[in-house]
Amino acid sequence: MKPGTRLKSAACDTEVMVIRCADGQIECGGAPMGEAKPAEAAPLAADFSAGTLMGKRYVDADGKYELLCVKPGKGSLSVDGVALVVKDAKPLPASD
Amino acid sequence: MNIALLLEMAAEAAPDRVGLVCDGKRWTYGDLLDAARGAFELIQESEAEYVALLDESSEAAVIAVFGAALAGVPYCPLNYRLPDADLSALLGRVAPALVVGDEERITRLAGDQGHTIFSREEFTLKAQETVPEPESREYDPGEGVAIQLFTSGTTAAPKAAILRHSNLLGYILGTVEFASADEADAALVVVPPYHIAGISALMSSIYSLRKIVMLPNFSPEGWLSLVEAETVTNAFVVPTMLARIVDAMEKGVTVNVGSLRAIAYGGGKMPIEVIHKALERFPSAGFTNAYGLTETSSTVALLGPDDHREALASEDPKVRARLTSLGKPIPTVEMQIRGESGEVLGPNEPGEIYVRGEQVSGEYKEKSALDAEGWFPTRDAGYIDEHGYLFLSGRADDVIVRGGENMSPGEIEDVLLTHPAIADACACAIPSVEWGETVGVAIVTREGFETPSEDELKMLVRSRLRSSRVPEKIAFVAELPYNEMGKLLRRKVKDVLAEA
Repeated sequence: MKPGTRLKSAACDTEVMVIRCADGQIECGGAPMGEAKPAEAAPLAADFSAGTLMGKRYVDADGKYELLCVKPGKGSLSVDGVALVVKDAKPLPASD
Repeated sequence: MNIALLLEMAAEAAPDRVGLVCDGKRWTYGDLLDAARGAFELIQESEAEYVALLDESSEAAVIAVFGAALAGVPYCPLNYRLPDADLSALLGRVAPALVVGDEERITRLAGDQGHTIFSREEFTLKAQETVPEPESREYDPGEGVAIQLFTSGTTAAPKAAILRHSNLLGYILGTVEFASADEADAALVVVPPYHIAGISALMSSIYSLRKIVMLPNFSPEGWLSLVEAETVTNAFVVPTMLARIVDAMEKGVTVNVGSLRAIAYGGGKMPIEVIHKALERFPSAGFTNAYGLTETSSTVALLGPDDHREALASEDPKVRARLTSLGKPIPTVEMQIRGESGEVLGPNEPGEIYVRGEQVSGEYKEKSALDAEGWFPTRDAGYIDEHGYLFLSGRADDVIVRGGENMSPGEIEDVLLTHPAIADACACAIPSVEWGETVGVAIVTREGFETPSEDELKMLVRSRLRSSRVPEKIAFVAELPYNEMGKLLRRKVKDVLAEA
């Protein structure tokens, strides 16, 4: 896994770009994400079904992981079972 | 990650929404992405190592920047206003390139350099015709250089500043919320394509899904009528443009500018008088002063609309003076002021501005200018006041060293500009046998005022600053030399003062 990799959810339509990562397992909807979609969809875990939003960045508490959602879906993101949270951009007053 | 992702996401989320209006033609995000993918094919076929643009702003600039990104070659827009010999040399430094623009001129200047040359129309048309199947191509992962810009080279040969995909994406992802613009929003882009502000405007507009309205050739009347016709909500201008727009309105050009919510300016020093008038002429707009450099992927500090309003309304001269500041560093960038031996200075101490952050490349093709900790010396001189506001006093190279004492031209100019008869002023170093360097000033007298006497001006400076700042030579000139982006050409003023 390295920055710039595009990962797909096994449980929903979510796709993310990896901005930053470490060695843990990146999951969506409770199932591991991969560069290819598995032939059979994984079930969507109830604990990880809050959904992803296009263009949002998701991070862990330690700042080791950062994922950019490039396609939204019904699952939500986690690393080794720990949910990621949204990191907001710090919008500028339209400077350019 | 590749900057093309910005356009891919826009096209994924809103393929049929209009993303660009240029010369009356409308392009959806879907159209733009298809054309960028077509351009990828053309670039691959040409085996070019760069994509260069020698042209005014148009859809070709958008297609070229993202096409080049997909193909993994740097995009290098060139300043078409440069003389032939300079352009020929720059084109030689990017050969072999796929060059888009003025075919006749490119062939004449660089026909023997191995380039693949397209006119704007031919490039745009072929890029639209050559649309590859979405899954059939391997696009560049975006680990290298996205953009190469030649610096203006006022002191030496132009340097090739490089911006990596990671620098530009760091800036956009950190400061722009995806799809945050309303469908009725429109940004008027009038900065030439070879300027960093022109490039960052394209990227931030596309990522926020804000429609871009391009004005390839600036005129105040053209700008104003486009604001009305396209109900423009956001605009970026350089100081000279804003001065001309305000001037045109004063001379009676009347259009409805009520749609304008945000006007950002930057790229040079804004005369306080112009900003005052502009605030009156555009009552519905919030003003933002943006400070940035090519090497920092655009904005690193800004003075926002609230600061503008607060400064205007305040009785406190310190707060009012903020209209001349560059505001505060943006949250995603760190900033320090450092002294001559590299020590970090405190509030109100003048020195050189250093910046650090993901968006800061600080890198030239020849070498990186970053220090071991990743800080970039901007070569701009300034200070940060006790409230965190950044004030610029000029280029570090413009500092006047009189008998070992460093003086910034800005402080002397600011004092001179308080004189009612002075419309513009430039201070710079002139050679002195006694001091090594001493202060010379060029003055533009305001229309309708008597030219002030030299003694009066010397008294004015002496009364406000240390006596070492008092100019030894004063030249009265009709106007000061600025380049087309509103940058004062101090070198030329020095020549004038040397002859005076």
